[in-house]
Amino acid sequence: MSRTICILDYGMGNLQSVANAVARLGYEPLVTFRQADIENAPALIVPGVGAIGEAMKRLKNLRLVDLLNERVMKRGIPVFGICLGLQMFAESSNEGGDHECLGWIKGKVERIPEAPGVRIPHVGWNDLDRRAGAFLFRNIDADATFYFDHSYALTCEDSIVTATATYGHPIIAAVHQGNVVATQFHPEKSQNNGLRILRNFLNFAAGKA
Amino acid sequence: MLRTRLIACIVVKDGLAVQSIGFERFLPIGSPAILAENLNRWGVDEILLQDISKPRAGESPSITLIRRVAAQCFVPLTAAGGVREVADVRDVVFSGADKVAINTAALDDPALITEAAERFGSQCIVASIDAKPDGRGGYEVFSHAGTRPTGKSPGETARLMERHGAGEILINAIHRDGSKEGYDLNLIRQVTEAVTVPVIACGGVGHPKHFIEGAGVPGVMAVAAANFFAFTEHSVLTAKGYLAQQGVGLRHDTYADYRNHKFDEAGRVAKPSESDLAKLVFRHYPEEVI
Repeated sequence: MSRTICILDYGMGNLQSVANAVARLGYEPLVTFRQADIENAPALIVPGVGAIGEAMKRLKNLRLVDLLNERVMKRGIPVFGICLGLQMFAESSNEGGDHECLGWIKGKVERIPEAPGVRIPHVGWNDLDRRAGAFLFRNIDADATFYFDHSYALTCEDSIVTATATYGHPIIAAVHQGNVVATQFHPEKSQNNGLRILRNFLNFAAGKA
Repeated sequence: MLRTRLIACIVVKDGLAVQSIGFERFLPIGSPAILAENLNRWGVDEILLQDISKPRAGESPSITLIRRVAAQCFVPLTAAGGVREVADVRDVVFSGADKVAINTAALDDPALITEAAERFGSQCIVASIDAKPDGRGGYEVFSHAGTRPTGKSPGETARLMERHGAGEILINAIHRDGSKEGYDLNLIRQVTEAVTVPVIACGGVGHPKHFIEGAGVPGVMAVAAANFFAFTEHSVLTAKGYLAQQGVGLRHDTYADYRNHKFDEAGRVAKPSESDLAKLVFRHYPEEVI
């Protein structure tokens, strides 16, 4: 497999951090919004920092929605969504109004529920309650912590959840459905354990997982 | 469980990392990128890169500086200094920063916080507030890297910033900067009580016990220090080891671990016994390949 990894640039995210992490793992990051690049991409990372309405609008303006649907849902290329990326994979989000999202996974994104002593956004290092057998967490200690920074979170069917975090309530931290993998936390900012997550995805994308 | 974050500030003046004392006197430390590399290796939970020359000169953030530091930083990076408009926020985020702290420009026009949060989300926008005692028993907020009085209190300023969409509030005590006296807990409490978003405490740490005091204020989700981390080897790890022994559990994801070491009164790692040192001779730590 090619060592090039496509990182989707829709004008929003902390793309440089993801590119730095991918480069650290020996791959060549290609930060791109060009149709031709995405058509040829063997695997794709969808990072994200930002508001979902703005993100979906940009994706539409770049005329990428149909192409992404074709590549991910029909061709089944491995795709990894990070934070806002994960949220964009859901069917809808109510962040700043109702927004239709990509709908690759059944579920919706809503504001983190209020709870006593819980300050929103959920920002910082949290540990995970992991489901057995998830390839994303291979070679990672059970008590490892990951960096979260979000005010909205996914609700979806339990069968695709691979990890949750607790912040007042359980928060879905990672999902896996076929070729679609996503985390609410930022592996590119979770130091060595985060690099291990990205390594596990890159191995999965290369057919080694 | 969400861990309290230990944040290291890299204060930059004219391209050089400096030790800042009272926002007035500055001693050179060295390259910001090398400091970031060390802090990252020592398992810091977040890095706050504060360029103090920019707001004073009214200049835009230094993209080169942020890029260099971001390349060394696999933990969250918050950049501060010189952000005046949404275009600056975009430039800073695109250079590799995960969050942007805004101070002077948000005091001039809080709508900037709203605009930036609508585009990048509240979780990306930190409102940074510098304050010192007003001489009448309260506190006053200063802009332009602590050089201009605003006549506003930290509590009302924090509330204003939260209402406009700030995802976190960073409160820095100017009078404690470089003092090693510990956080101004009253000042911090005024801010945590005024808002419901997470608060970052900063200013005055000279002993690891000060982190415990800061983290003990309800609503403080992160404790920050600058000088404290810059002058000793493994500073982050030793501080975390000390805190763990005092019952404050932080993130420990690195090989080196001081949780079982002895500390002296200054909070420094005490010399191990000769018998412990002798055991180390046969210990081999291979470099990990991820």
